[in-house]
Amino acid sequence: MTTIEHTIELPDFSKPLPPREGDRVIQFREALREAMSEEMRRDERIFLMGEEVAQYNGAYKISQGMLDEFGPKRIIDAPISENGFAGLAVGAAMYGLKPIIEFMSWSFSLVAADQILNNVPKMLYMSGGQWGCPVVFRGNDGAGGQLGSTHSWCVEGLYSNVPGMKIAIPSNPYDAKGLLKTAIRELDPVFFLESERMLGDKGHVPPEEYYIPFGQARLAREGGDCTLVSFGRPVHFCMEAAETLAQSGIECDVLDMRTIRPLDIDAVIESVKKTGRVVVVDQCWPFASVASEVCTQVMERAFDWLDHPPVRVNTEDVPTPYAKNLEAAYLPNAGRIAAAVRNAVGAK
Amino acid sequence: MPTRIAYEGKVEYLQILDEHGVLDEKLAKDTLSDEDVVELYRYMVKCRFVDETAFKLQRAKRMGTYPQNKGQEAAAIGSGFAAKRGVDWLVPCYRENAALWMHGQPMHQVFMYWMGDERGSKIPEGVCTLPLCVPIGTQMLHATGMAWAFKMRKEPRVAITYFGDGATSEGDFHEAMNFASAFQVPCVFFCQNNQWAISVPREQQMNSATVAQKALAYDMPCIQVDGNDLFAVYKASRDAIERARSGGGPAFIEAVTYRLADHTTADDARRYRDSEEVDAWMGKDPLIRLRKYLTGKGLWDDAKQAAADEAGRQTASDVVKAAEGAGVPPVTDMFDYTFETMTPEMETQRRTMRTHSLGQRPEQAGLRESAK
Repeated sequence: MTTIEHTIELPDFSKPLPPREGDRVIQFREALREAMSEEMRRDERIFLMGEEVAQYNGAYKISQGMLDEFGPKRIIDAPISENGFAGLAVGAAMYGLKPIIEFMSWSFSLVAADQILNNVPKMLYMSGGQWGCPVVFRGNDGAGGQLGSTHSWCVEGLYSNVPGMKIAIPSNPYDAKGLLKTAIRELDPVFFLESERMLGDKGHVPPEEYYIPFGQARLAREGGDCTLVSFGRPVHFCMEAAETLAQSGIECDVLDMRTIRPLDIDAVIESVKKTGRVVVVDQCWPFASVASEVCTQVMERAFDWLDHPPVRVNTEDVPTPYAKNLEAAYLPNAGRIAAAVRNAVGAK
Repeated sequence: MPTRIAYEGKVEYLQILDEHGVLDEKLAKDTLSDEDVVELYRYMVKCRFVDETAFKLQRAKRMGTYPQNKGQEAAAIGSGFAAKRGVDWLVPCYRENAALWMHGQPMHQVFMYWMGDERGSKIPEGVCTLPLCVPIGTQMLHATGMAWAFKMRKEPRVAITYFGDGATSEGDFHEAMNFASAFQVPCVFFCQNNQWAISVPREQQMNSATVAQKALAYDMPCIQVDGNDLFAVYKASRDAIERARSGGGPAFIEAVTYRLADHTTADDARRYRDSEEVDAWMGKDPLIRLRKYLTGKGLWDDAKQAAADEAGRQTASDVVKAAEGAGVPPVTDMFDYTFETMTPEMETQRRTMRTHSLGQRPEQAGLRESAK
């Protein structure tokens, strides 16, 4: 056999998604585990590799119990060698396996940049469409709570500049399961960005299998005065801000983008045409960020509908501080978001 | 408390056919048959012609930068011949064309690649080679991952990855070696030590006496061979490949050879290499010693050489024709091959050729909807 069959069965997205409301409340980390385990039971080509994923049950207990269920050939403790296991995943994927690579933190993916940015997203293109690289890279992204500058990377600002891979950033357990299952079924490489600060978040997660299509934002709250756009953890800050603003009669659409590559810009444009105002909240640095991209596309496509220049709420443009009070001042929060919206709608 | 030796290592050196064409019959036993050697020599002549032709094409501005393989043919051919065609996978860098061609990758595709056409990296059905890899060292990890997949899938295959002495200073090299060793995967690391990383001599790249000894740190079987000796390269490669196939884990081969040409056509090695050094290695050219050996054994003569030269010229001419005849790739390729499953963003880009601004609508930008 020389043709490598990538017979990954694509999910049936025409099937309606199960209700978001319910009483099967589990943690975000359990939702991730459930997504991986369900897919691994079906397809023995899938393996999970990373630092501390097996014996230790994961540095953040995401893979708890998976070694017991799937054994050491499929749940693999790697040496501390991010570029090594990222590159190994490329070769394994090229030969028909489906690797899930866990970075303990996306901050550590920087030493694997050559493999994940210079090889993974380009392999298909460079081989004239022949050698795809269907690897899922996942791990903690963004400030984890006083981890200091080197361990608090929010990589989407950097990585989303590179074409050839998909980037999913869930904000809640329900989406975490549905998006990760889709990621594992993807034929293209996927960067899956989780947040250490949300792994303990609880929410209803349906026990059945479901797949959330990439490139479809979720309207988390409806309102006609301003559009709030975010992804990942800051979606919660947006919801909090929207709640506060509603008390003073300002109603917001809150869009949870769920994936930023592909980006559901149509959903943003549709909302902006209704509200005339947009505030984009992004926990990356502001310069050339995803927020910048969203604002640019809004101006290109909906300039005439805007009643106020698009506004970005990012982190401060400095290295992530270690000190608790400085880190808090550095990150986007509900107060800053609410102030930005008030300013945009001309309220006091 | 007395000290003790915690670890002691040594590196064996193997040469079977010396530079004068003299064969060590004892060591050559059970290696290559006369027929094999004649056939491989003929093939080596052909590869040299094709290689020289690529150089000329570049000088005539009909090809981009090209890294000549000249002088390293025995390393590529000896190892390529030891690997099972259609079974074992070759994971190359860019100076072992002869091995790739032996395993079925069409010669003209390598030319297409260096002419700047991604279709040159599209490997035909049934051929077990990966595309050329120009970044230094990254492919060793891919080979390790592939070998890991062979092991997981319980397929009796071996991955053979090629790289130069320069690549052994890369982190990728050490990470690949460590993984391959820790996971005991069927991967053979084949180092073509051609003495120079562009302009930096081997002694300046590392303080190690040999490249092979780096494998000792990973407890990997290793050997240093005369890389211009077809017999030694073949024997070491075959042993390593078959040991890996039967579950013996990875191995490391250092083939001591010499880059007779420049690093690439963009380089002029005369600026940093002594002509005495080059001249000395010219005498160790694998083609010269094989011809001497075969002539001495009565297996070769001038008429055969003339025929082999003619066949080489003809092949080179055919390869140029095929590569230049491929035409240009369609512009839509760049959109079609970025993702396996086309995203809406990509679909719009493809339809409108609107690469300067992802957000603009074609009617706003005043752009035409391009024809397919």
